[in-house]
Amino acid sequence: MATITKPPVTAPPGAPTATPPNQVADRPRPMRTRTLDEWTSLGGALLGSVALVWLVFEKILAWSGTLGFLVCWYIAFLALFAAVTSMGNPRPVVVDRLAAAAIHASALLVLFALGSTIIYTILKGFPALLHLNFFTQDMAGVGPDAPLTKGGVLHAIAGTLVEVAIAVVISLPLGIGTAVYMTEVGGRLSKTVRTVVEAMTALPDILAGLFIYTTLIVAFGFPRTGLAAALALAVTMIPIIARSAEVVLRVVPGGLREAGLALGASQWQTVRRVVLPTAKSGLATALILGIARAVGETAPVLITSGASTFLNVNPLNDPMNSLPLFIYTSVRSGQPQAIVRGFGAATLLLGLVFVLFIATRFLARQRVGRR
Amino acid sequence: MTTATQAAQPSAPVSEDEPRVLDPGLAPSDRVFHSVARSIGVFVLVLTGSIGLFLGYQAIPTLHRYGLSFFTQSQWEPERDVIGISAVLLGTFEVALVALVVAFPLAVALALYISEYAPPRLKSTCVSLVDLMAAVPSIVYGLWGFFLLQPNAIFLSRWLSQYLGFLPIFKVDTDPNAAVWAQSRYTASAFIAGLAVAMMVLPLACAVMRGVFAQAPIGEREAAYALGATRWGMIRAVVLPFGRGGIIGGTMLGLGRALGETVAVLLIISPAFDIKFRILEVGTQTTSALIAGRFGEATSSQLSALLTAGFVLFVITLGVNTVAAIFVGRSRSGATTEI
Repeated sequence: MATITKPPVTAPPGAPTATPPNQVADRPRPMRTRTLDEWTSLGGALLGSVALVWLVFEKILAWSGTLGFLVCWYIAFLALFAAVTSMGNPRPVVVDRLAAAAIHASALLVLFALGSTIIYTILKGFPALLHLNFFTQDMAGVGPDAPLTKGGVLHAIAGTLVEVAIAVVISLPLGIGTAVYMTEVGGRLSKTVRTVVEAMTALPDILAGLFIYTTLIVAFGFPRTGLAAALALAVTMIPIIARSAEVVLRVVPGGLREAGLALGASQWQTVRRVVLPTAKSGLATALILGIARAVGETAPVLITSGASTFLNVNPLNDPMNSLPLFIYTSVRSGQPQAIVRGFGAATLLLGLVFVLFIATRFLARQRVGRR
Repeated sequence: MTTATQAAQPSAPVSEDEPRVLDPGLAPSDRVFHSVARSIGVFVLVLTGSIGLFLGYQAIPTLHRYGLSFFTQSQWEPERDVIGISAVLLGTFEVALVALVVAFPLAVALALYISEYAPPRLKSTCVSLVDLMAAVPSIVYGLWGFFLLQPNAIFLSRWLSQYLGFLPIFKVDTDPNAAVWAQSRYTASAFIAGLAVAMMVLPLACAVMRGVFAQAPIGEREAAYALGATRWGMIRAVVLPFGRGGIIGGTMLGLGRALGETVAVLLIISPAFDIKFRILEVGTQTTSALIAGRFGEATSSQLSALLTAGFVLFVITLGVNTVAAIFVGRSRSGATTEI
């Protein structure tokens, strides 16, 4: 623009290539960094809104509640930030900054919610975890109001492990077998299987428990045992494992299968020696996702297993407790000691899920094809 | 290779060339493999399908007995032979709607943060955190909602009912301006249960949305920037339209989860069978919480009624998930974009 208003004839003949003094060289717009203007308006709006809301909220209107204060503060901050920004910037920049502020705040809010969930659970459960008997004893003969030096959750840990182990033994072959059928064998029927399996991932977890309860316990007269709970867990796990395993098997390159078949291997050999080993880490991830889901399931266990207070590792006889069920019953009892025990068990459950989660990350990081 | 065949040739009798059979059919081992795989597939089909059929079959006597009043009656009093799920269904939807209203903007914003705003080094950490959030057991969110959230959220409830109480949904049947306000009237409500359920809906919806946002074509992003768009302008012009299918689909998936959530809701709410739209007020009931609370003392006919309620819930979540799958599948995929 500047070159048009200033004819090039007037440029000094000695320096024909030099840019005119009032023309600025093209510089890319900074998209990722923030200008001083943005930082100062951000800081100013933050401080100003805190002061304003404190004055109005606490002093003039005398409201109460931390949550309400934070909500008002955030709204005041957005308004101030918009006002300050619009003093020296066009409308698109104001909208851009407001959107960025809202998005960052949402991310922080979610992080805060997740962090508060985990930290609160651990803090509340910590007193119970300090006692060794929490890990080595069961609750037989221990009342819910007994001090923390008595009783523990050994029966719930054992029950969770037994139930989840049985559920895995049932659902792993069925889930992966179904995935192999859908991807490797195929055919018309496999489409129906896929549709039904996908539909069953929509099954609310409590209905799996109710199904087992109605058929096995009410209709066939079996007692409420760990096996029934494990079956209910398996019913919820099969669709999850089948679906995620199918996704993993589907991305195995077709060239590997063809190479196996071209070498004269039968399809079974190709599947066993090429396809499944290639997808090994992905299949492990699918399994662990299923386990992590099953470990934390409360609703099916609540209906099917019955809550024992004693250690029982036999899934065929007698009720069996598990960590989620223990948490639920302890918290429901309303006794302060029982609530602390419940939070202790919740911390253990979170730790278990976390270990499984780390294992998933670790396995997922291993590249496909390295075996 | 060649030396071996040359050495072998003189000793072996020369035979006529035989064309290879190009389609030899299946090897015996493959035939076994196919039949085993197929039988596993059919078994899973029968097993999972039978659950749906079983629920439907169990629903017949109840529906036959109570007819349409099963859907219009609000009370659940088996001892008086009065059974209906209208209040329960309404409660289910109220909790799910609160969860969605809270979780939807947060999920969109979090997905946008991860795909557009987060520094590259933080991105994989953020993705892991969202996955971890999805893996936290629902009972832990229930504990969080009951012990940590509820004592704080009742202030928000009271505030809403003080200033927005003229709207029927924010009304609470007590005087919010009283000097000693009735705190217990604001606890155990659909609102607070919905907040806890939102924590479970959020990571599910966010994961779907993030996956779709990340596929928004780079060429179109650069084009928007080249035309002078701000980052938010680019997001509005490119990322959000591209990800519309993912946004709707992820939200619907979250809705399916919210409708079926049991134990967190069971911990928080106190059961009430009124048809009411006052979400901030104490007492509500959801289908799955009803089942979990009532299965123990149920006789066989009551069990059938509970199964019917479960069947209705299943049909709803199935429909929601199917619609979600259609939206996710229909969303513009990266394969059709031009660079």
